[in-house]
Amino acid sequence: MSGRDLLSIADLGREGIVDVLKLADSFAEVSEREIPKVPALRGKTVATVFFESSTRTRLSFETAAKRLSADTMTFTAATSSLSKGESLRDTVETLDAMGVDAMIVRHACAGAPKQVARWVRAAVVNAGDGQHEHPTQALLDCFTLREALASRAGVEPADDLSGVRIAIVGDVAHSRVARSCVLAYGALGASVTLVGPPTLLPATTAGWGVEVSNDLDEVLAEVDVVYLLRLQSERLEESLIPSLGEYSERYGLTRDRARRLRPELLVMHPGPMIRGVEIDDEVADSPRCLVTRQVRNGVAVRMAVLFRLLTLGDRKASDDGQERRSA
Amino acid sequence: MPERSGPSRLCVRGGTVVDERGERRADVLVEDGIVVAVEEAIEVPAGTRVLDASGCAVSPGLVDLHAHLREPGREDAETVETGARAAALGGYSAILAMPNTEPATDSAAAVRTLLALGAGACTEVAVAGAITLGRAGERLAPLAEMAELGVRLFTDDGRGVQHAGLMRRALEYARPLGVVLAEHCEDEELAAGGFMHEGEWSSRLGIPGQPALAEEAMVARDIALVRLTGSPLHFLHLSTARSVALVRAARGEGLPVTAEVTPHHLSLTDAEVASYDPVFKVNPPLRTAQDVLGVRAGLLDGTIDAVATDHAPHRSDTKDEPFDSAPPGMVGLETALAVAYGALCLTGDGAASGLGSWSVPDPDGAERSPATLTQLFAWLSWKPARIAGLDARSGQGGPIAPGSIAHLCAFDLSARWKVDPSRSASRSRNTPFAGRELVGRVRHTVVRGEAVVVDGEAQR
Repeated sequence: MSGRDLLSIADLGREGIVDVLKLADSFAEVSEREIPKVPALRGKTVATVFFESSTRTRLSFETAAKRLSADTMTFTAATSSLSKGESLRDTVETLDAMGVDAMIVRHACAGAPKQVARWVRAAVVNAGDGQHEHPTQALLDCFTLREALASRAGVEPADDLSGVRIAIVGDVAHSRVARSCVLAYGALGASVTLVGPPTLLPATTAGWGVEVSNDLDEVLAEVDVVYLLRLQSERLEESLIPSLGEYSERYGLTRDRARRLRPELLVMHPGPMIRGVEIDDEVADSPRCLVTRQVRNGVAVRMAVLFRLLTLGDRKASDDGQERRSA
Repeated sequence: MPERSGPSRLCVRGGTVVDERGERRADVLVEDGIVVAVEEAIEVPAGTRVLDASGCAVSPGLVDLHAHLREPGREDAETVETGARAAALGGYSAILAMPNTEPATDSAAAVRTLLALGAGACTEVAVAGAITLGRAGERLAPLAEMAELGVRLFTDDGRGVQHAGLMRRALEYARPLGVVLAEHCEDEELAAGGFMHEGEWSSRLGIPGQPALAEEAMVARDIALVRLTGSPLHFLHLSTARSVALVRAARGEGLPVTAEVTPHHLSLTDAEVASYDPVFKVNPPLRTAQDVLGVRAGLLDGTIDAVATDHAPHRSDTKDEPFDSAPPGMVGLETALAVAYGALCLTGDGAASGLGSWSVPDPDGAERSPATLTQLFAWLSWKPARIAGLDARSGQGGPIAPGSIAHLCAFDLSARWKVDPSRSASRSRNTPFAGRELVGRVRHTVVRGEAVVVDGEAQR
């Protein structure tokens, strides 16, 4: 892992990803124990610093930290002094001064965790920044997929996903999950096709190493995994799609579409799922859908990430961050 | 101090004089604010203050068409006094104060206030007025009333005039006033919600982008309005290769349009935003390498007339926010000349340019003949002086000849220096060039015969 932060999947590279997945294998085993707790991070303090609400990701990180015996702190924007006009920098420097070892940062603006990492001594984990990245989501997706493919084949999980064909469907343009997944799946050797209407695809995917399609049915016939993205209702107000019904008809896993799926095709979703828009009940509750496993694996993968950041590598040098511009 | 009895004399000695007439080795002798001799090896009378300009280009003082001085309203970010001092350190003898203050410069009273503030500053401070009341883009501001006080350029800068019908009326109304309107080209519907250039980098970084078209659509619209009305129009901070192509065609048609480009659009690309440092957030946004080459080519072939700073100070803490919510803008007065020199005169030799790894290379290593010093100072001095009407009014832009008002800039062509924001005279620190090494530094600045900067130090 480059440096002491996890800001982007690009920080890990293929080797780092594989390393996290292997560590997560052993932490998954810990989670199965009667007392699912190890003393690996005793004495360390992990703060979740969320400037955008997200109960599930925050709880997943806090559970991971607690299973590693770290102390946890919670900071959310709603209860913070941000409403008093304090800058992002002052807020995180204050938290840093309390002696936090890791900050799990979520922010509605792309790049905020990277800025925070320049300002604080603590290791920073990006827990989702605007439309940029959500690296731990992509890691737990890789973990889940590799596990599902192995259990189906009756073998031990492979290191990588080479040869696996994955379609990422929906609002790719505004999705931090999609950006991290494209990098992670690509690094592990999977081939990725982005599917959606042009208004929900990025302005350009030059350099992404992906295929792009506007036709879900055509792509479904050729992939092993369908990764559905959440569609937010703002996209309607922005006139990026005419109606949820039309979106669902063309890009949702509807009941009709589900009946035509090959039996071995797997379905994933980062949650929260909007049933009836991206995915029909019948698909969501079928064994091919890995959503519950994704959530369960989230804890083990986040344990692996925290363990790696807080036990390996050197402490961040004090001059690592950019010098404060004097006022 | 020289004795009060005799004339006050100053000699800028040992440099190469560069003005509209070309380059020649000469000393410049100034008496009571007026150039009295431009010759080699002048023997100066006793009591003359001598400024060493060896290794320097000595040009007419620079003229900036585009400075945000923040006063009144945001004196915490800049004032007329501090902005003018930063300008003097950058070699400027005149700057044009943009009207997007709080309140906006949209009345005779507001113009008078600014002129009074500028009277004590160390450079000439000319005032640009707003086209519409409050820069709201709804009703015409009293252009004639402001023109009577000497305002020669009007703009809603910070915003473009969104309504084509209103812009048409503004151009028509301005025609008999002998003034020029200036447009910040940005179609707000196309740009909506975009914080950087839309393209490969915005897609990868997950920062909402604004397409180049947001600028180009308004450039195209305004060219059509100039064709309709026959009134002159100046394009502020052009940033895309297509904008330059549109203006090139308009000039080919003989339309009365002029244009400027900023030092940062001549030297930086949207790749800088990968740091997510809001110091790289600016409007118009940093563009692609192709666009950087496009605006450079626009200067070299005469499509673009001027390099203008768009000096936009913001308090440091406003840049300690996420990229999306930080205000756009960069300071530029103290670095403009060196950055332009590096980008335009030293290209083709990355090592010598001082721009190092952050310079934008010519495609395929193509040889592009670098600009001459005469071209460089044309873009930074006499051409902008003419656009702002400051040549006739106060002798800005030279030439450096006996009888002319002594506005001079001595620029050390080989000095290497590292940009240190903490040493800036501006109240703000938001320079995108912090920590980078530049080649070429202003040694002396003379305004109306007064040495306001000597050896790189402001004298007041």
